Parts: sequence; C-alpha cells; structure tokens
Amino acid sequence: MSIDLATPLPNVLPDDAPFRLIGDTGKAVPPKQRKGFELPSIETLSLIYRKMVVARRWDTQVTALTRQGRLSTYPSARGQEASELGTVIAMRPTDWLFPTYRDSIAVLTRGVPTAEILTSFRGDWHCGWDPHEYSTAPQVTPLATQLLHAVGLATAAKLKGDPIAAVTFIGDGATSEGDSHEAFNFAGVWQAPTVFVIQNNQFAISVPYSKQTRARMLADRAVGYGIPGFHVDGNDAAAVYAVVSSALERARSGGGPTMIECLTYRTEPHTNSDDPSRYRNSKEVDAWRAKDPIERLERYLLSEGALTDADRESINAEAEEGARAMRDALNKDPVLDPLELFDHVYFAERPALKEQREALASELASRGSAGRTGGGE
Amino acid sequence: MAKNSAAAADSATVTMASALNRAMREALSEDSSVVIFGEDVGPLGGVFRITDGLTRDFGENRVWDSPLAESGIIGTAIGMAMYGMRPIVEMQFDAFSYPAFEQVVSHVAKMHNRTRGAVRLPMVIRIPTSGGIGGVEHHSDSSEAYWTHTPGLTVVTPSNPADAYSMLLEAIRSDDPVIFLEPKSRYWMKEKSEGNLEPLPMNRARVVREGTDVTLIAYGPTVSVALETAELGTHEGLSVEVIDLRSLSPFDDETVGASVRKTHRAAVIHEAAQFGGYGAEVAARVTEREFYHLAAPILRITGADTPFPAPLLEKFYLPNPERILDSLSTWQWED
Ligand SMILES: Cc1ncc(C[n+]2csc(CCOP(=O)(O)OP(=O)(O)O)c2C)c(N)n1
Repeated sequence: MSIDLATPLPNVLPDDAPFRLIGDTGKAVPPKQRKGFELPSIETLSLIYRKMVVARRWDTQVTALTRQGRLSTYPSARGQEASELGTVIAMRPTDWLFPTYRDSIAVLTRGVPTAEILTSFRGDWHCGWDPHEYSTAPQVTPLATQLLHAVGLATAAKLKGDPIAAVTFIGDGATSEGDSHEAFNFAGVWQAPTVFVIQNNQFAISVPYSKQTRARMLADRAVGYGIPGFHVDGNDAAAVYAVVSSALERARSGGGPTMIECLTYRTEPHTNSDDPSRYRNSKEVDAWRAKDPIERLERYLLSEGALTDADRESINAEAEEGARAMRDALNKDPVLDPLELFDHVYFAERPALKEQREALASELASRGSAGRTGGGE
Repeated sequence: MAKNSAAAADSATVTMASALNRAMREALSEDSSVVIFGEDVGPLGGVFRITDGLTRDFGENRVWDSPLAESGIIGTAIGMAMYGMRPIVEMQFDAFSYPAFEQVVSHVAKMHNRTRGAVRLPMVIRIPTSGGIGGVEHHSDSSEAYWTHTPGLTVVTPSNPADAYSMLLEAIRSDDPVIFLEPKSRYWMKEKSEGNLEPLPMNRARVVREGTDVTLIAYGPTVSVALETAELGTHEGLSVEVIDLRSLSPFDDETVGASVRKTHRAAVIHEAAQFGGYGAEVAARVTEREFYHLAAPILRITGADTPFPAPLLEKFYLPNPERILDSLSTWQWED
C-alpha cells in the first residue's frame, strides 16, 4: 500500500464520490485517481473473483432452500459480495471477524464449514462453530452490539502485544444504534486495532438511509471520533480490498482504528419473509443489479486476459461443490439432544439446572423417546 | 458467634471498601490477565474509592478510566474476555448499569451457551447497589431481579468485609461472568463480628444467627437489618434465625431448606420493590420444596412498590426492624 497510513490522516471529510479502483465498466481507474492506493495484484483479484462466484452460488442455494422452508430464515448478501469478501480476503487468519446475520458469506470465506454456518439458520443451535477455531465470532443479531466486542478484543490483543486486528461489519441502519457510537469512540480513545466496515446497503429492512440520518454519508462520522474514515464503492472489490488492507496494516502496527463505509445496495428482500414491493420500486433495484460487483470484476479480469475458460470451469466446479456441500449438510437430519439445553448455560455446574435436566430426561423416557430426535448420525 | 476473637478484632479495622480493594490487588498481582476499567476507577479510585491506588500500583495498562458509556464498558469487556482477559468492570451506580442491559442480557449471559461452551466470559461486573445512603434519584436502586431472571448470569452480593474479600476473589477467578452487587450502605461499616467467619464458597448461603421460631432470609444491605431485628426480637421472646444468602443465583436450596425445616416459618427481606421481585422467587421456591414443613406462608418484607423515594422519604420505604417485627406479629400462622 503506498498510502502512508502510519502518519495520522488530516481530519477531513471523505470525498463525496465513493473511492473506486475499478469502474462500472470494468476498467481500472487511472493511477492519478487512486489516491495512493495500489490496484491489487491479478492473483489477488482472481482469488476475490473466485470466492465471490462461490459465495454467490452458495447464497443463491441457501435462499432457494429457505424458500422451500428448509431453513427458518436467511438474510441474503447478494450484491454485497465485494464488500463482504473484499474485506475478509484482506484479513489474516489470526485477525478476528465480528460478523452479523447478514455476513454468512464472509463467515464461509473465513473457512467455517457450511454445516456449522447453517446450524443457526436451520435452528439446531444459536451458533454452530467454535469462534476460537476460525477467529470468527458468532453472527450477532442485536444490532451494533458486536462492534464493542471487536473493540474489546482488539484492545486485549494490543495489551498482550499480539499483532492482530479485529474487523467488524455493521449495516447502515445499525449505525443509528447507540452502541455504534460507543464503539467508534472507545476505539478512537483506546487506539484499538479495529476496522469498522459499514455496509451501507441503503436499507434497514424497509427504512431507507434518508430516514436514519441527515448525514451526507456515514463515513463523515469518523472525523468526530478522530479516526480516519473512508467512503468506498462497495461494489468494487478491488477498492474494498485495498482500503481494508491498508487499514488492517495500520491497525496491526499500532495506528489505531479505521471506519470504512462501503456504499452498496441490498438487491434482495431483507430476509425471505420481507416484501420490498411495499417500500421501494423495482426500477431502483434493477439499476443496482446492473452494477453487479461480480460482473464488474469479471470484465476487468477478462480485459486483462486473466480469466480463461479453464479458470471459469474450475471456479464453477468449486461453486457447485460448495452448493452441493450445503445441500448435503442440510439433507442430513440434525442431531438434536434435548438434554443439551442445560449443558452450556454455565461453565460451573448448577444443581438446579441438573434437576431440570433430569426432569426433562425422565419426561422423555416416559414418553418412550430416547431423548434424541432426528435419525442421521 | 465470636469464637476467634483475635480475628474478630482484626476484621473490626477492615471496611468492606478496603476488603474489596484488597481482593482486586491480590487478583491483579496473581494473574496478569486481570484488568480493571470503568468510569473514574483510575487515579480517583472510583466515586466510592473501591479501586483506590490500583492505577498507581499496577499501571494504566491494568487499571484505567474508560470513556463514560456503560454499554461500551460491558461490550468491550466481552471482547477482552473472549481474548483471554479477566476484566473487572465497575458500573458507577446501580441505575447507571441500565444502559448496559442489552450487552449483559444478550451477550454476557448468552455467549457461553450460544457457543456450546467454546467461549467463556470470565468477567466481573461490580455494581454498587441499593439505598440507605440518602442518594438522589437513580443512586439507590436494587436491580438484582433483572439479573437473577437472566439465565447465564451468576449474581452474588456480600454483606460484610470478610465475604466481600473472599467472594470477589472467587468471582474474579470464576470462568462464568459474575454480577457482583456491592451494598453501598455497607461500604464504610466496620464489622465487629465477622472476623471469625468460616470461609464459604461464593455460591453458599450462610446462617449468620441461629434461632428456632422464624427464619429471616436476607442479603446484601438487609442482612444487618435482619440481625438487628433478631436482637430486638429476643425482647419479645422471639428466636430468630438469620440467613445471609450471599448468592442470589444460584440459590442455596440446601441451607435455606434446612433452616425452614427447623423453624417452619420464613420471611424474605429485601430493599427492592415487592411485585415480581427476588423475594417472590424465594417464597415460591421454598414453598414448592418445603411445603409440608411450613406452618405459615412465606412472607415478603420489602421496599414498597414505588420508585425508590427521595432521600428524606427513604426511611419510610426501606424495611426496618420495627416493621419486620410488626409484620411477623400479624402473620397468619398456627401454633
Ligand atoms: C437492537 C435491535 N433492534 C432491532 C432489530 C431488528 N432488526 C434486525 S435487522 C434490522 C435492520 C438492520 O438494518 P441494517 O443495519 O441496515 O443492516 P442490513 O440488514 O441492511 O444488512 C432490524 C431493525 C435487531 N436485530 N436488533
């Protein structure tokens, strides 16, 4: 990264126009307009492209299965792949991610197995993976609360002298929550190695950006916290990757937090149970679909001769493999142990919980059930 | 009670405030992952001076002033605990813990369960609690029922310096998050008789006075009120047993049950309002388990179902020994 983020940036408002490295048509912007950021290498961009295609296929498959009633709910990230994956591919495995319900494809790209991600959407348990194993926290639903966890973890790492950073996603609506203010402020004061990635997809369920804030853009807030703020084209994976990478480097080397607003659009309903026809017109949606982040990067790679038929074949194979893994995971009946209800409430054992556990066990036994539902093991 | 008078004399010089301070000092010395932060807990030592001298002696990287935001304090403590620290955070006053309610209830209490035990949150949330100090509005709440109603939280409250010391140390060493309620009316009281207290695990209740006619179940600030009541009761020929619950969640069924089986009558005493309060749980729970041993319904003698009053009215609100004795004498029971 050629921008020198080690020296404190002047506290000026971010540019009006979102920063991009690759334009709508798939052309790289001229070096002079790159604000000191470098275009990521072809290898990096190819990797991001591959992972975006895989993620889109996966997301499409989950959405379809949710429509069939196989999953209780699924908030799709379709159209936000550049923000999601441009961010996580810039991270190291040792950096921590604090995702929301929206960010399943980011969690997938962090290496969490499909079956473990689906656990919560299918309804077997609230989180399916061990956060320590993937340095990826559970997907959080209470809006903006996870930002503070990221700041706390980043601060702990800083106190211990570990060169890692914490990255957290937040939606535009959730930036109205008080916890987001507290997190930006704590991070600034403590110089916590944290990267806040605001995915401004312009809607919070039905409520548009204009009803959340009078602010010109969310990244403007950074100035008030004394931290650098960037306004990035969230459909340009190259720009997201470049800006997040430099923010991460700065964070890991003691330079403190960064706020990055990725301007994008939620092209899908909020979840499967939402009805966007009640609050927005489809022309706007179509216009944003035309700015598809995957197609944009594809055009760029094609123009560079960096996407061959063989590449496409292998990418599609990986995508289909991912979708198949998901169907397989879902076709396996969940192994549910009702008695597990009581097992993790506390680390220390509690006699009263043991009593309730035993009561349920005998209730199940008297019904002639072994206490297990689902057949597949 | 005072079997060991040397220890008793020793403890007479110890306030709950200094006992708490000593526990934190010890924890900071023995474990480098222990950190303390909150509002004014640094150079000032907290508005109650409980963290007095800790920044000076352990440095800003161990004990520091955070920005003024309770949700932020709890939320960042969660992240720290996820990364292997053992944060001790202070809410400046009971009612000012409410901005952090969401972080406590939705995350502190649930993270271990959510992750099937993969993530532990060993943190202590210290909350100066309850009235009796003539505090202005928002400085005298008893918030225990909000926390005890939340599975995943451990809620304890000491009533004397010796327990304050041992329970806080145990809370800090615990791998579960602990809400540590400090009865602020007891902070500066020098206890005369507690020096001989047998060390008892944090989750056990203590019989602090033996009696045969009735059990007063108290905790935190009402333990001394119950003890005074017992003393007064002797003049009326009433033999009162007093239990200091110490741990509100979990509840020590064994100790309370044994007492009730002996006295056949029990009353719960707390400062918090009655309706839906902690006493309701105690009454229901003990009744369910000990119904055949009870000669009377379990009584709740508590604060009124009003917001905590202005300082000059607080004495009419708080349960006091006279009111408790009156309640006991008008109680429906068969002899
Ligand atoms: C504290 C809180 N209030 C309300 C909700 C219900 N809720 C879930 S998602 C959502 C909209 C969030 O919008 P935004 O932050 O823009 O993120 P997006 O869903 O668009 O990714 C709402 C209101 C919640 N999860 N948490």
